[in-house]
Amino acid sequence: MTSPHPLIEAQGLAVAYRGRQVLGGVDFAIDRGEIVTVVGPNGSGKSTLLRALLGVVTPSAGRVRRARGLRIGYVPQRLHIDAALPLPVRRFLSLPVRQSPARIATALAQVGVPDIAGQDMATLSGGQFQRALLARALLSDPDILMLDEPTQGLDQPGVAAFYKLIEEVRQTLDCAVLLVSHDLHVVMSAADRVICLNGHICCQGAPKVVARAPEYRALFGMGTGGALALYQHEHDHSHDENCDRDHPAPVEEIDQEKASTR
Amino acid sequence: MLDDFLIRALLSGLAVAVAAGPLGCFVVWRRMAYFGDATAHAAILGVALALGFQISIFIGTSMVALMMAMIVSALAGRGWAMDTTLGVLAHSALALGLVAVSFLPNVRVDLTAYLFGDILAVSRFDLGVIACGAALVTALMAWRWRALLTATLNEDLAHASGIDPARERMVLTVALAIVVAVALKVIGALLIAAMLIIPAAAARNMARSPEAMALLAIAIGMVAVWGGLQMSLRLDTPSGPSIVTVAAAVFAACLAGAALAAAAQKRLGR
Repeated sequence: MTSPHPLIEAQGLAVAYRGRQVLGGVDFAIDRGEIVTVVGPNGSGKSTLLRALLGVVTPSAGRVRRARGLRIGYVPQRLHIDAALPLPVRRFLSLPVRQSPARIATALAQVGVPDIAGQDMATLSGGQFQRALLARALLSDPDILMLDEPTQGLDQPGVAAFYKLIEEVRQTLDCAVLLVSHDLHVVMSAADRVICLNGHICCQGAPKVVARAPEYRALFGMGTGGALALYQHEHDHSHDENCDRDHPAPVEEIDQEKASTR
Repeated sequence: MLDDFLIRALLSGLAVAVAAGPLGCFVVWRRMAYFGDATAHAAILGVALALGFQISIFIGTSMVALMMAMIVSALAGRGWAMDTTLGVLAHSALALGLVAVSFLPNVRVDLTAYLFGDILAVSRFDLGVIACGAALVTALMAWRWRALLTATLNEDLAHASGIDPARERMVLTVALAIVVAVALKVIGALLIAAMLIIPAAAARNMARSPEAMALLAIAIGMVAVWGGLQMSLRLDTPSGPSIVTVAAAVFAACLAGAALAAAAQKRLGR
């Protein structure tokens, strides 16, 4: 498990918006070099957990402790840039700290979009935009990368390529990665831990790497190169009557659903 | 040199243009147009209070404008429907101010000067205050530029970079109150918001970066001040509306120019 000096640690974390509790009793810690994926259905509090760890929202109970001087590279779920704001990519990467052209070029090359420095952010494709966000996060030499549904809107090869990129980045920078995904069953195979969240932590464990199994081929086809893996949920508790949370369907059913649609 | 009322008028107008340019860009980027209106309209209430309590007009207007800006900012933070809230606040403040002025005993106030500006009547003292206020706002903008820009893009992103978005919002709020106070004499309460928005909007099509847009907005504001002053002088028109009219003309020209450039590019591309 985690060391005595995690980068970020939450104990008994609870968050409420306007009196409604969206997150409760969350114990969480992440170490340097670790990749943790948080999965959960919509409204399960994934983004809230990330925002609480960032310090944007104040916990209603429990506490969050960040290592001293922790540098966070944050990739938000959505970034709306107003049409009235002209913003070239190189300028975006220099926010809020000025970066040299050489560093900007290196960061863009690292995320696989070396030629977009002069383009306006508004003209980028979805995949390019995500990579520009990631490049900006990398420029702060982060101790931890926090990504909120970074693969939204990407197709499956795109997701696989992005996950591989994250893995490379983790190796180069030796940083931790905390990634939020709404896909309950297909996760990054490089994840050390998967946490299933639904208002609280339902279960956690390692993803099942099944790249060679025929089921995997049936699900993902070829060409994703083992970047994706399945996560087997093990919900060993039942929710009492006061809890309006459902558990996600077990993975076997989903497998069959997906396989049968092919 | 400062004895010449024309020079004083020009300098005060240019000072306002310099402060309004970058601030106006943030007003446009953050969609705070109505916010500027509410703050500017509250200035009339400030005038009434300043006259009533016999304190400096600058102090009265900046205080009331600051209060209004902070109220609006706090309401926005609580997720109120801003369109309606600002509509209520902006017009109530203006109406309340006009009513309050009419109650003042023994004071015959020329309200037109405060509503539409009276740039030709700027005194040496006025000029000094306007220049100081404009310098303060410009320095504030320059100092906080990157943080303001980051917080404008995305508040969570700002937080992750160690920037407090609430503090940056406060910087803009204070800057807005100062600009309203110093621009009252030059532009007038009714059209201060226009001086923030129109130069920035005109600069948008020509600018490739946020900094270029701010500098262009300053330049366009300066052209508008110079042109408006000439117009006011020759045609005896109120100064504020004259300056805004010229700004609007520049905006239209920029728009037409951008459309022509786009059309030419299209033809070349074929």
